[in-house]
Amino acid sequence: MSLKRNILDLRKRKKEAQLGGGASAIEKQVAMGKKTARERIKAILDENSFHEYDLFVEHTARDFDMEKKVLHGDGVVIGTGTMYNQPVCIYAQDFTVAGGSLGLMHARKITKIMDHALKMRVPIIGINDSGGARIQEGVNSLAGYGEIFYRNTEASGVIPQISVILGPCAGGAVYSPALTDFVFVVENISKMFITGPNVIKTVLGEEISMEELGGAMVHSEITGNAHFYALSEDECFEQIKKLITYIPWNNAKKALKFPVREPNASINIEEIVPADPHHPYDIRDIIKAITDGSEFFEIMENFAKNIVIGFGRIAGNTIGFVANQPLYLAGVLDCDSSDKAARFIRYCDAFNIPIVTLEDMPGYLPGVDQEHAGVIRHGAKLLYAYSEATVPKITVIIRKAYGGGYIAMNSRHLGADFVFAWPTAEIAVMGPEGAANIVFKKEIDEAENPAEMRKLKIQEYKDKFANPFVAASKGYIDEVIEPAETRALLIHSLEVSENKVEKRSYRKHGIPPF
Amino acid sequence: MEEKNHQYQVFVVNSAKYLTLLTKKFERRKKWQPADPNEIRSFIPGTIIDVFVQPGQSVKEGEALLLLNAMKMHTKIEMPVDGVIKEVHVKKGDRVPKDAIMVVIEEEE
Repeated sequence: MSLKRNILDLRKRKKEAQLGGGASAIEKQVAMGKKTARERIKAILDENSFHEYDLFVEHTARDFDMEKKVLHGDGVVIGTGTMYNQPVCIYAQDFTVAGGSLGLMHARKITKIMDHALKMRVPIIGINDSGGARIQEGVNSLAGYGEIFYRNTEASGVIPQISVILGPCAGGAVYSPALTDFVFVVENISKMFITGPNVIKTVLGEEISMEELGGAMVHSEITGNAHFYALSEDECFEQIKKLITYIPWNNAKKALKFPVREPNASINIEEIVPADPHHPYDIRDIIKAITDGSEFFEIMENFAKNIVIGFGRIAGNTIGFVANQPLYLAGVLDCDSSDKAARFIRYCDAFNIPIVTLEDMPGYLPGVDQEHAGVIRHGAKLLYAYSEATVPKITVIIRKAYGGGYIAMNSRHLGADFVFAWPTAEIAVMGPEGAANIVFKKEIDEAENPAEMRKLKIQEYKDKFANPFVAASKGYIDEVIEPAETRALLIHSLEVSENKVEKRSYRKHGIPPF
Repeated sequence: MEEKNHQYQVFVVNSAKYLTLLTKKFERRKKWQPADPNEIRSFIPGTIIDVFVQPGQSVKEGEALLLLNAMKMHTKIEMPVDGVIKEVHVKKGDRVPKDAIMVVIEEEE
């Protein structure tokens, strides 16, 4: 056989294998509004940068007549490529091949590319589109999942791990995305659940559609499993490409520095906070008044809306923002918001991203449901995450900073490097209304006109305590600043913190309350 | 700033009234209600395999009321106190969701 014939034979084999489940299966995939595995990879990576490995891997199942079946690539595509000319590892489950079901060799391919990513210290992107375990392979498929979870955990905090849910991801399979840093979902396409609607109906008699049980919006809004929600696969890929610009390639590096841009000149930072301290505003407007180009890349924007997290740049460097959101639930802390912020803080800390906290927080959400849902242990996650973080930590108190929430929101006492307050800040053990009722109870009860006296005493407490100057007099706040000075001061304090060193006691690991 | 027409709600935190928006999850939350010790509720969804009592019957503490099959386990539902069966809401073969009232009892004085 001449070389030419060898080459032609190779091309034929590749072409056949790259068809995955074949023309009719691809047609079905497209009819569901989905792209094929290889199309998805190409849409995410730099043009022509993808190199596929293990194309000729075959499954090893020998029971239930499986030996007669050919499953090209065993239902998963793995390889390497680049994004913005930097290397990444990627895999995509191929639903056209046996429903993307996971057997032993399928899992081996995934763990192989994960091992590469960890060794080479580059991000790993996993595209999930699978019917679940390949039942015919029995315990081998369970073994496969376990080996993926183990590597997810091993890689956590060392390399960025991104999960893209573009089809079903059910049963044990859901735990790989859950262990990774960022989960992307797409409306009508992503479905995630432990037990599906059929099982729930048979066992419990509850009828629910797949979309209502574990659709994209459910995971963005209710469960908090997803970080990014998109209406189409293309929008999702744009989100991934945007995210990747904000994060470093591994935990020994810093995120790429971008050219410095001023915020949008039309934003007047002094006009955002309403005069009445009981009126809401959108905290994201303040973030945008501070960041380069007024850009803010929000994470988990539909979940626990009372706290806002995400990336922006200050003087070209990536910053992780954590900010209470008065627009929702008055910006209170609760189980979900503590959990959301705590994990993001740990992400920033693991990947050398400084954290800027903007605080306007009236207290914790009251309610039996909150107490019984464990707001104590969930709230503790936030304290733990802030205290543990050794990246530069800067807090700007915009308005309310009351009680336990004041401590939790990266206070000086939890190790903040810089704490600034606007003159509108109200820092006290509790709000004037509540405090007056306790401190001046006797005067109010005994007054001829209690309502009038109460008003008077609230004002008295407000004047004396609900301001930034008491905390400033004790050095808990470094400086009370004018809103317009915020960006310049953040640039300066981040510059000062550039080479921050903070050593902690040796330990195998801490025991955070999760 | 662009003007947004939000329907703000009054929301009380630490005695102060704030105007703000509510999240869907908050609006959908279930109000807590104290448990009535006379209502025997399913603590887990399952299927009733057997019913051992009927209304009017006197039952001693610890005696079996029902046999519930849930998560592949047969669980005996026992009488929590000495008392009388007032109502039985389930029969053999019924599927019950979580927290359904299965039996109503009355404690003996």
